[in-house]
Amino acid sequence: MSEAGRTRTIRTDYLARVEGEGAMFVKLDGDEVLDVKLRIYEPPRFFEALLRGRAFTEAPDITSRICGICPVAYQMSAVRAMEDACGVAIDDGPIRDLRRLIYCAEWIESHSLHVYMLHAPDFLGYSGAVEMARDHREIVEQGLAMKKAGNALLALVGGREVHPINIRVGGFYRAPTRAELHTMTEPLERARETALATVRWAATLTFPDVEREPELVALCDPGAYPVDRGRIVSDGGMDIAPAQFDEHVAEEHVEHSNALHARLRHGGTYLTGPLARYALSGGELWPLAREAAREAGLERVCHNPFKSILVRGVELVQACDEALAIIAAYEQPDAPAVEVEPRRAVGHGATEAPRGLLYHRYEIDEDGTILDAKIVPPTSQNQLAIEEDLRAVVQHHLDLPDEQLTLRCEQAIRNHDPCISCATHFLSLEIDRG
Amino acid sequence: MTAARRQTLAVWKFSSCDGCQLSLLDCEDELLSLADRLEIAYFLEADRAVVEGPYDISLVEGSITTAHDLERIQEVRRASRALITIGACATAGGIQALRNFGDVTDFTSIVYASPEYISTLSTSTPISAHVPVDFELNGCPINKRQLLEVIAAHLLGRRPRVRAHSVCVECKRRGTVCVTVAHGTPCLGPVTHAGCGAICPAYDRGCYGCYGPMETPNTGALSASMAQLGCQERDIVRVYRTFNADSEQFRDAGLASERGGRGS
Repeated sequence: MSEAGRTRTIRTDYLARVEGEGAMFVKLDGDEVLDVKLRIYEPPRFFEALLRGRAFTEAPDITSRICGICPVAYQMSAVRAMEDACGVAIDDGPIRDLRRLIYCAEWIESHSLHVYMLHAPDFLGYSGAVEMARDHREIVEQGLAMKKAGNALLALVGGREVHPINIRVGGFYRAPTRAELHTMTEPLERARETALATVRWAATLTFPDVEREPELVALCDPGAYPVDRGRIVSDGGMDIAPAQFDEHVAEEHVEHSNALHARLRHGGTYLTGPLARYALSGGELWPLAREAAREAGLERVCHNPFKSILVRGVELVQACDEALAIIAAYEQPDAPAVEVEPRRAVGHGATEAPRGLLYHRYEIDEDGTILDAKIVPPTSQNQLAIEEDLRAVVQHHLDLPDEQLTLRCEQAIRNHDPCISCATHFLSLEIDRG
Repeated sequence: MTAARRQTLAVWKFSSCDGCQLSLLDCEDELLSLADRLEIAYFLEADRAVVEGPYDISLVEGSITTAHDLERIQEVRRASRALITIGACATAGGIQALRNFGDVTDFTSIVYASPEYISTLSTSTPISAHVPVDFELNGCPINKRQLLEVIAAHLLGRRPRVRAHSVCVECKRRGTVCVTVAHGTPCLGPVTHAGCGAICPAYDRGCYGCYGPMETPNTGALSASMAQLGCQERDIVRVYRTFNADSEQFRDAGLASERGGRGS
């Protein structure tokens, strides 16, 4: 027990194994946590401003450059918002299946990266995956192999892994042939086996005993695990269309962050991402993923944020399983896209990026020129929940020496796979015990 | 010579999307053997351990947009034997260089409720505007095969085999039918630096210039040809003003189209 009046600072100026630039700062007075900050100092890039005056068809290519790890999420929220503005709905058929397929590919690539290269080293006590590979080469290699399968599918459907070129408003530039997609069957079957092994392996890890209960928010798409569409639903009773997002979520600009903090107007702190999707739509998982979750000991709602690695494993099983089903049933469409004619309107798009809900809203002119753009990335929504997790984790681990407490705090941040480049429009860790 | 010291690699991030440094982690088959050949001494996206410099090879992603980064790039240069920029942000300023064409205070107030909390420069500039650069690798994003070639070339002390011809050459090699000739699709391929493998035309789409200008681009002829295909001046300005908007040749081509639009 620390004495009151003795302050401690725990800080990390450059958070590692997260995407983008951020810092952590925690200040303690004795056993009291005085201040917790997740600072996002990644320089702002002003996407919402530079989209003004551009063509509505340019939004998917331009917004993909917000994030090199989840570009498909940006492209999908953008195309859904533009189609919504133009009165076009692509809710069935091969174009929608291809969209879900390329989104599954991004989940496989991004979750494999996070589980094996960014998060696993925290649990096994290494600074990174390359160092971890010296003692656990097979584990790292299996993660890389699964990531490679996701990337290969992304490159096949999208043209390349980072910033795919094949996604457009209305659909795709070119639809792959059945034969092209069938080349992915065997790699994805192996990836699905690896995903199942990932869940079994992750279940053997030691998890700090921390329980958190933020309001959980995710898309819900009855009949499916949420990926590319749905209503925005919370475990606190919110159930809204994407068009109502602004009525329910307030964004605040705080001094310590270049990311805007999002809050629910009716409640406050909320969490999006795998824990929220699993809690709200776990019943929609297919039998293989559901059984993997059960065997791993996951309850219907997972309150321990450190177990997000398990939920990502379950989502990897689901994404591989779905990708295989889409490929098996695929028939090449007659046209790769539907025509989308612009009109003066406002459109909304919400999809599930690997790390959480991603909302876009555009106002466009009758000739398709973008008049106004608003983009709310998952990490700016999760920022307050991450700070509250940090506070709880520090409170729970006051007996740890500074160095170990710093590592535990960093792990608590990585639980949510923050994407700082996205949020800036995010991360350094400091713990101040004075 | 087996006892030779492993060379050290550092990866630095400035204003960017992280996609180019992710390309290194996307080398799933080569990453671990690469780490056997050289010491990954500083790469925060992948590892929290930091080995003190100086470094034999520094890969720099991102553009310079803050006063702090103006100082940091000088420190990176001093700590690096070879400095290689990776991607359109580091090489040409990136999509965020669109601010160079407008008023950044307008940009800040559009995005942030309290613009006084934001400190940013009025421009986004490439690394070469601030320090000497040993090699520039184009692309938004870079091609991971080219990245491995550039790293291997530096390890072996030879010039990287990265050609500065146009995307057109890559289409011919790939056997892709010209989308402009066959379908009248506007395409930046004739003026765009090779390296991607001519992906867009292979997907029935015109090149959108994400690898930046080739060695000696004839943008005037291409702009005229796009106009003949029915592109409005505004659309031609837009195609030059994306991820390499402030590269010299694309900036001049955009400005020329803008003047042409006003003159007609």
